[in-house]
Amino acid sequence: MTTDIDTTAGKYLRDKYAIIGVGETTYTRGSGMTTRALGTWAIKNAMDDAGIPASEIDGMMSYSGNDSTASPMLAGDLGIRLNFYMDVQGGGSSSEALIGLAIGAIEAGMCETVVVFRSMNGFSQVRIGGTGARASVPVGGDALHAAAYGWFSAGQNFSPTFMRHMYDYGTTPEQVAMVKVIHSEHASNNPKAYYKQRVTVEDVVNSRMICKPLHLLDCCVETDNATALIVTSVDKAYDYRQLPARILGVAGRVCKPRIDMHFQHGPISTVAGHYIKDIIYRNAGVGPEDIQCTGAYDAFTFTSMLQLEDYGFCKKGEGGDYVSSGIMRLGGERPNNTSGGHLCEGYTHGMNMIIENVRQLRGEVDCYCPQDDNGKRIHSYNYAEPAAGGGCRQVPDLEITQNLGWAMPGTGSSLIMRKG
Amino acid sequence: MPQGDYLGMTLTVLDLDNENLSYFQHCADHDFHLQQCADPDCALIRYPPGTACPWCSKREFNWVPVDARGEVHSYGEVHHAIQPAFRERAPYMILLVELDTQSGVPTEHEALRVAGNLVDADGNFAGPELVKQVGIGSRMRMVFADVAEGLALPHWTLDEDAAQPDSPWRYPQEVNGV
Repeated sequence: MTTDIDTTAGKYLRDKYAIIGVGETTYTRGSGMTTRALGTWAIKNAMDDAGIPASEIDGMMSYSGNDSTASPMLAGDLGIRLNFYMDVQGGGSSSEALIGLAIGAIEAGMCETVVVFRSMNGFSQVRIGGTGARASVPVGGDALHAAAYGWFSAGQNFSPTFMRHMYDYGTTPEQVAMVKVIHSEHASNNPKAYYKQRVTVEDVVNSRMICKPLHLLDCCVETDNATALIVTSVDKAYDYRQLPARILGVAGRVCKPRIDMHFQHGPISTVAGHYIKDIIYRNAGVGPEDIQCTGAYDAFTFTSMLQLEDYGFCKKGEGGDYVSSGIMRLGGERPNNTSGGHLCEGYTHGMNMIIENVRQLRGEVDCYCPQDDNGKRIHSYNYAEPAAGGGCRQVPDLEITQNLGWAMPGTGSSLIMRKG
Repeated sequence: MPQGDYLGMTLTVLDLDNENLSYFQHCADHDFHLQQCADPDCALIRYPPGTACPWCSKREFNWVPVDARGEVHSYGEVHHAIQPAFRERAPYMILLVELDTQSGVPTEHEALRVAGNLVDADGNFAGPELVKQVGIGSRMRMVFADVAEGLALPHWTLDEDAAQPDSPWRYPQEVNGV
């Protein structure tokens, strides 16, 4: 069906919108403040990053599947008068989808510049992993076919998909562990990362088993944080402080058939990226071979691997080889999650991976390289850990990045950006 | 309204949830049924219960008895339980069993893959010795855990009458004795 899509630039708005500002709070466990205060903090940081006043923002969008505060509250706090807002339900894969909807809202003449944010106390209020109070809720309706079996948290829900990939293709625990190893290397050079400790394959496969095939270190970190980014049209984007990250294409919440239980429509080791790639690469006018840096959602080690494989960065079934080859390491051919991602930096439902790629495209990621008189990092491109004389995590000569957002095996989103 | 306590959880089927009411009533009768599309040109069976046919969109359907046997297509094995009552049962298996009925229909990779926990022949949660015997390819038959009037949950146990694979595929790393 997607082969009929006309992806001419005029119709699909390729390269006509941009992200002009990004911001986040610190990644903590125990923020000691409300999601309203966290959200305000992240949005203010994004406004300061762009150098945009409240009077020039008139749209706001957010998403949540757990705790959050609605857009009008945050807008009011910050003195932003809204012409459009929308707070939707959803977790991972929402950030890319909302960027697409923000473009649509602007294009429809509803508003001109939109903040997209996510604010959550994912550790201290509503645990993302489903533990605490979340584990004792009554079970009814469709949950009778899942939660009633102790098949409840994200890791539990996804485990048959991950396991089947190992069965179908011979993927090993040690190969998949390399996702965590590499992201931990990246995080060690990221001052903002919650976990900065580098780990080994042995550390991952010897860590406590949570739900086969997921060890503790195959699972992301739960944190409290808010994240924000600002979307506007290219004709305004150059009025602000930063080099814009221009949006080449977006695909949002693309689904496999039967996402109520995608296991009915196999192969179950194939994920939504299989369908997304037909939309995103045509909309963006580039292919996987053009992508220099990826942000493949790493709620679990396996989710990065499955997506990279189904988007076509390697042949189907060779995801284990891809993630363990060193390609996605800083200094490799196509680094992935250079901030450390959800496995190490912090869990944000996808936003931090987009923020990271925006900064990468500017050539201005935060790291341990020395700063010049204006506070700009003088990047060494030495990716060893700081104690070994490295500490850099900037990708050199970067032109095009892609984010691969994941909600569940059956649903995902994607965003391709270029240097402005 | 069928409602009951099960492993520390309150399970409820709402009175207006007609599809789940019928599904779980059949389970309570220990007589597994699924919805079959009423269009004779389609006639596909679906799981889990739904409000229309995923292949032809027809809303009308009939409940039909389905042979509740099949093969483990994939699984998860929970070592760190989250819901409180599951903790004493860990490690426990979440099985996805592909029914023999309608396997590979209407396309190669489609099938009825029915979830459940691994239990023994009496319906008790499997201990480590049984967990170790089950993996992808194991032949299973359904047993029911009674919860309340009009509500029982389907589970899976090894099919004693079926030829079992010499060694079903299991995750390569042994942890906690399984």
